[in-house]
Order: sequence, then C-alpha cells, then structure tokens
Amino acid sequence: MSGAPVLPGHDPVVHAPAVVPAAPPVALLRGVTAGYRDRLVLRGVDLSIAPGERVALLGPNGAGKSTILRVMAGILPARSGEVLLGGEPVARLRRAQVARRLAAVPGGASLPFAARVEEVVGLGRLPWEDPFRGPRAADRAAVTTALDRVGITALRDRDARELSLGERQLVLLAMAVAQRAPLLVLDEPTVHLDLRHQVAVMELLAELNFRDGTTVLAVLHDLALARHFFPRLVLLDGGRVVADGPPRQVLEPDRVRAIYGVDPGILDARAAADELAGGNGGNGRR
Amino acid sequence: MTDGARGLTLPRARARRGADLLRRRPGLLLGLNLAVLAAAALVAVAAGTVAIAPADTLGIVLHALGLPVDGSWSAAAEAIVLDLRLPRVLTAVVVGAGLGVAGAAFQGLLRNPLADPYVLGTASGAALGAAIAVLIPVRAVILEFGLVNALAFAGALGAVAVVWFLGRGGTLAPLTGLLLTGYAVGSLLAAGLAMTMYLSGANLRQIVGFLLGGLEGSSWLRLAVAAPLIVGGSAVIVARARVLDGLLLGEEAAAHLGIDVRRERAIMLGLASLVTAAAVAVSGLIGFIGLVAPHAVRLLVGPSARLVVPLSAVFGAVLLVLADLGARLAGEIPVGVVTALIGAPFFVVLLRRARLGYEL
Repeated sequence: MSGAPVLPGHDPVVHAPAVVPAAPPVALLRGVTAGYRDRLVLRGVDLSIAPGERVALLGPNGAGKSTILRVMAGILPARSGEVLLGGEPVARLRRAQVARRLAAVPGGASLPFAARVEEVVGLGRLPWEDPFRGPRAADRAAVTTALDRVGITALRDRDARELSLGERQLVLLAMAVAQRAPLLVLDEPTVHLDLRHQVAVMELLAELNFRDGTTVLAVLHDLALARHFFPRLVLLDGGRVVADGPPRQVLEPDRVRAIYGVDPGILDARAAADELAGGNGGNGRR
Repeated sequence: MTDGARGLTLPRARARRGADLLRRRPGLLLGLNLAVLAAAALVAVAAGTVAIAPADTLGIVLHALGLPVDGSWSAAAEAIVLDLRLPRVLTAVVVGAGLGVAGAAFQGLLRNPLADPYVLGTASGAALGAAIAVLIPVRAVILEFGLVNALAFAGALGAVAVVWFLGRGGTLAPLTGLLLTGYAVGSLLAAGLAMTMYLSGANLRQIVGFLLGGLEGSSWLRLAVAAPLIVGGSAVIVARARVLDGLLLGEEAAAHLGIDVRRERAIMLGLASLVTAAAVAVSGLIGFIGLVAPHAVRLLVGPSARLVVPLSAVFGAVLLVLADLGARLAGEIPVGVVTALIGAPFFVVLLRRARLGYEL
C-alpha cells in the first residue's frame, strides 16, 4: 500500500481507525508453562506488557516471578505457550537481538576481576558494538548519559569493588540503561538497599519510564513500595497470575491474606513506618 | 601538605595518569610491548655460549630476509643464529603468546582468576600421553615430531574433551561442574602419570624433562607445524574476545547482554584447549606464563578482554623469551624451572596489589 503513486483526482482513501488500536505489546506471554528439570514453575501464565507501561511483579517466594523474566528474555525456554518480544517469538531471536529489545538488571552479579564503574556500565553496550572495532563514540556517549541518568557520574572512575551495595545496584542499573532497550526488567532491584536507596531506585525507574518512555517490569517483594510507585501490579501465586490491575484492586486485603498468609494491616503499618523513616535514611534496612 | 606526603602522592598520581593514557590508547601500549618483544628476541638470539654482537645478529636476520645488508660475520655465527637460536626464540614467542592467550581465555571463561591454560586437564593429559609415549618402544618421527609430542597433544585434547562431557549436565552450576570435574580428571590422570613414571626406569629423566618444559628441541620444521595451530587459534580467540567481556558479570548477565553463552563457551574452550595442546606438544609443560601474563596486563589496562587477550599474547611471549634465555644461560636448565622461579614471586606481588573476586 505504501509507495503507490497518488494520481491527481484520485484521492487515496484513508481509513481512519474508529478506535486507535492499542500499540503492540513489547512483551507478551500466552499460556506459558516453564520450569527447571522436573519442577514446573509457571503453570499457564498470560501477561501482556504494553509500550510505556510500568509494571511490578509480586508474589510469594517460589511463585515464579524471576522465572517469568527469564522466560521473557529467552534464557529459559517455555515448555508450552507463546512468548513474544517486540512481536516476534523470542525463541527465534538471536541473543544480541533479544538484548536490543530487553535490558535486564542482573541479580547476584559478581566480578572476578577489578573493573571501574565506567567499564562495568560499558558492558551494556555489548549488544550494539561491532565486535572488532569495540566501543565507539556513540557507545561512550550512551555510557555517559546512563551514568548521568542514574546519578552516579561521580563514581565513574571508582573501582566497582569498593562501592557500597546500594551504589553497586545503581551501577548495574546504569549498565542496563546504557543498553537502551525499550523494555527494562529488574529482579528485586531494591534487595540489600536501605529505605533511602529503595525510594531512590523507585523514583529513578519512574523517571526513566516517564522521561524516556522506557517500559519497566520489576519483580518486587515490598508491597508498599510497589503500591506506591507502580500503576499496575501483577500478582503471582503458584505459577499463575492471580490478579492484574491497579494497586488498590490487586492488593485487596482478603487476597493478600490468602496468598501471603499475613494480615494486610501490616502493610499500612509499614507504609506509616516508611514515611517516618524516610526522613533519616539509613535506618530502614530490612 | 608536607613535602613527604607530596613525594608519595605525586608519583602515584603520575602513574595513574600513565595508566589512564594506556587505557585510552591501547594501540600505543601494544606498540610498546611489541617493541619490547622485538628487543628481547634480539637479545635472546644474540646471547648464548657463543655471544654474537647484536648488530651482527640483526644483520644476519635481515640478510636472511633478503635485505641488502653487508656484514662481516662468520659462517658459524650465521649458522648459530639462523639454524639454532632463531627457531628457538621464535618458538618461545609463539608458545609464550599462545599460553598468554589461552590463560586469559580460561580465566575469562571460567570467571576464575586462578585459572590457567592447564586447569581443565590439558596438563595432566599431556603429561600422561608423553609418559606413555616414552614407555612405548616405537621411535617413529614424522615432521620432526616424535611419539612424545603426538601423544602429549592427543592427551591434552582428550583430557579436556573428557572433562567437558563429564562436567556438563550434572546438578552443579556449569562452571563449578567444569572446574571440579577438571580437578577430578586431573587427579586421576596424575595417578596414571605417577604409575607410568614409577615403571619407566631409565626413561624417567625424559619424562621429567617433558614435565618441566623446554625449548631445546625447537626447529624450523616443528615451528612450522605448531605455529599455525597456536597462532590461528589465538587469532580467533582475540577476534571473539568480547565474549569474555560479556561473561565478566556472570553467565546470566552475559545472556542478557546478547551473548550465546553455551555456544561461545564451547567454541572458546575448544580453541583455548587446542592452542594449549599445541604449545604443550612443542615445549612440554611450561607453567606460570598463562597465569601471570593476563593478570599483569589487567593491572595495566583493566578488565576489557579486547585489550587483555592480545596484550597477554605479547606479554606471554616476552616472558617466555626471557625465561628461555635465562634457562640457556644457566646451562640448559628446564625452562619450567625458570618460569616458576620468576613467576611465583611475581604472582605473589600481583596478588598483593590486586584484590581478586567479589560480589557486585
């Protein structure tokens, strides 16, 4: 249809859609089952992430939150069902193609050798680099921008080993930001962080989402943080999505009590405590 | 600030600026290293029981390359340089470079700073192969390589293949599985080696000679057979070095950064093992080069494998050329003794400067 010559007197008919079609999802899981060896973890997951969304994945330990991220990135193949990344089946994409569509903040990363912050963040450019030429001006610029976005430009030349846990988490986040993929996934980005850093990371994710239009999908344990910073929550239990929607609807007291086996009143207590502790930072370590 | 304090901080700041310059201009560092290598090679060819003036040495080499160089060297000097020392020094260059590259590759692939080219069984496999060859009363020689070289090569590759297939698919994490299997297979092969040595009687000295390494058997023909394997394998590893960068943060992170971890690990381990096996077949078990060279280079240029791997080649070559020179000048002692004597203290100093391994 494109490229057809428009003849005078023959105005092309433009079919304006009556309803603007929803943009195709950046990631789509349909009826996905997956697991490790003889243990099935995901038992039929349906999840669609639209461009520009900010979604928190919640659920008790073992519910399959991290596994969803691994299946979405094609690291763990789905046993059945459909996994699309940017509209294409993830199994048919090469790793580098996946890495240009989905950037992940790795959990539990370690460094066997000394490396400066700048060098670690520069790893995020690997999917874009020419293997022989190495990083070029555009890559270095992306690293500089990522450092600035995450607010760790001052750490640039520091040895990554000498940083605090909170700073290291920010370095890994900057690495994923430098990857410049439309979808950013994070596996418990606030683990090990004190309250001030937890809030800083949450605000940073909101800003990346708001300013750059990056779609954000984060696995979180902290229901209060999720409720406060994410417009859409997906609650998992036993390898299935049991609730999906805005916080108020997903974190219904009865549902939280049923799934976590905890009185949800504790949530409100936490929220109150968070507000109190927010002022003095440091003491909110979990 | 006192003068004393300034005296302490200034050289350090200057050294830091120097290191920064080297990081930004790796080409400069590579050129510098190649110049050092050329100088070391020249000295190594010139020096020996018959000392030949460096100018004459250079003249002989350039003359042999077809350049119009006039000189007044003797025919004996020319024979010593061209037939004896030059192939030996070039073999040291190639083997040292191969061990440097293989060491950097194994350290990066296994994400273990203590890894060296021998960590997955190549050394014990080669040693057992060579020892068995010594015991077999067949003295066939093809392309100047004897049974010892052939079985050392086959033993090294066979041991890695066994480790690779046994180390996968267990319940352990892939890297832990490989390392532990490498240790187990290595121990088993070492037992076989000990038994063979015990049975070898008068041939023990030949086996020990292989275990300690040496370049005295070098010749042009042997170099011509081994060099394509070592140089070719090393070149492919250098070209794929960014895979090692991707692995810096772990396997899962590497996959997220666009690396096909399984495939690349198989390719790189295969190549590094091939390079190691060829090096070991030519020169026996020369230790420490593959361990020390990558660490020394990392101290200078940081962790980026794109720089570390090629520079480890050059630095490994320099180390082995000098170690072999030392071995010759000390009356043909095994070069493995020299590399260990120099390498071990050097490595201790490195370890004290560079803290290795940590969670990020």
